[in-house]
Amino acid sequence: MLDDFLTRAALAGTGVAVAAGPLGSFVVWRRMAYFGDATSHAAILGVALALALGLPVIAGTTLVALAMAGTVSALAGRGWAMDTTLGVLAHSALAFGLVAVSFLPGVRVDLSAFLFGDILAVGRADLAFIWLGALAVAVLLAWRWQALLTSTLNEDLACSAGLHPGRERLVLTLSLAIVVAVALKVVGALLIAALLIVPAAAARSLARTPEAMAIGATLIAILATFGGLGLSITHDTPAGPSIIAAAAVLFALLLALSAVRRGQLSP
Amino acid sequence: MTALIEAHGLTVRLGGHEVLSGVDFHIAPGEIVTVLGPNGSGKSTLLRALMGIVAPSSGQITRAPGLRIGYVPQKLAIDRNLPLTVRRFLSLPRRVSDAQAMAALDRTGLPQALAGRQLGALSGGQLQRVLLARALLGNPQILVLDEATQGLDQPGEAAFYRLIEDIRAETGAAVLMVSHDLHVVMAASDRVVCLNGHVCCEGTPRVVSTAPEYRALFGLGTQGALALYRHEHDHGHDHAHDHPHDHSHPHEPHHHA
Repeated sequence: MLDDFLTRAALAGTGVAVAAGPLGSFVVWRRMAYFGDATSHAAILGVALALALGLPVIAGTTLVALAMAGTVSALAGRGWAMDTTLGVLAHSALAFGLVAVSFLPGVRVDLSAFLFGDILAVGRADLAFIWLGALAVAVLLAWRWQALLTSTLNEDLACSAGLHPGRERLVLTLSLAIVVAVALKVVGALLIAALLIVPAAAARSLARTPEAMAIGATLIAILATFGGLGLSITHDTPAGPSIIAAAAVLFALLLALSAVRRGQLSP
Repeated sequence: MTALIEAHGLTVRLGGHEVLSGVDFHIAPGEIVTVLGPNGSGKSTLLRALMGIVAPSSGQITRAPGLRIGYVPQKLAIDRNLPLTVRRFLSLPRRVSDAQAMAALDRTGLPQALAGRQLGALSGGQLQRVLLARALLGNPQILVLDEATQGLDQPGEAAFYRLIEDIRAETGAAVLMVSHDLHVVMAASDRVVCLNGHVCCEGTPRVVSTAPEYRALFGLGTQGALALYRHEHDHGHDHAHDHPHDHSHPHEPHHHA
């Protein structure tokens, strides 16, 4: 079954969705959108580093994503003006990554595969990494769920209950780095943040509880993966962007649906 | 009786500015203490330091081991993108059963039908009571309320104070509250602490209202009158009076340097 590239692609997308749904919900709730951008753009730098040092790409991206996420998290903790700081970090990480890749001697790098993903070329080993990472993130988030949610709502409230918001922030930072590393092959560095935010935002319009939104985001991301892959196969469109486009269409549909519902409810 | 929370020489600096200097504080089990002070007097910082949220630059804070704190924040900024029903909120950070959640709503005078409502859709008064209900579900030894009656009208404020007093009587929980409302202080307060970066004066509500330090700090607007909401147990109706206490009082207030 895993011999079919389309099956592997669908499984890869589903794996990423399992982690991206709940993590993306936190990214939306905590207004960390730019945070996701900075971390995922830094992954390109990780690719360059891994290729230069002869390391596996996934190791390089995980390390650099972790370093970037940690830096951003530390800066946020010190009360920097995050909007500008993150903008600077996100764009310069991408620029430096692209420059670094061009310096690699004798290595022919298919940059677009890293920028936009190459889900149709996912191999068995990739698939194993994706599921391993995604499940690790899902288990981590499920384990810390109550504490994460309380800290997200109000840090003082969490502190007064004996929780440590700083520790929960670290959980999200680590999760983000892992998701960036495993999603790179699926949608590419430029669209990882979109995969986190768009399905979560789409799920928001119908959800009444945080859990419903997180699960809804995962289901929407899976649906978008199938839709995007279908479009890619039938119309030969790039797979990664097609998945995000499908998610965006779902977002618009669900938004319209909830508007209609609300219209019916109110007299 | 050992104190639930005790502070000695508490000094807190925030951004290079000394917000609190040399504050001594203690609260005993079952005691109601109101911290009164103008804006910027360090009231909220005092609460946050006592709860261990901000670290003191110097001084000592001792909390009873395993102290259960029920915190009612001043407000809760709920991101529009976070769907959260009242019922779900009551299960944070500890999951509670439906029966417990309903009992907490009942106790705080809220209809059970509110359980399914979104937190963001509540009125200020409802949200305040939901925050209190959540705090009570942790079976707290001390309730900490930060400007809990802000945004409530006067009858709402009186009713809220009555509720707090009843809860103290039932559960024996201590109550630590902060208010900038200089006109109205809960009459049931065992102690009022006037704060302005340091402790200006403290004592029973009546004693404090006659203290020269209190008059110096708050006297302009109120002519030194400290109005008290009284809990009239013999009255069956929901009505509160404020009583100015301008008459002289035999007790001397407890003065601080």
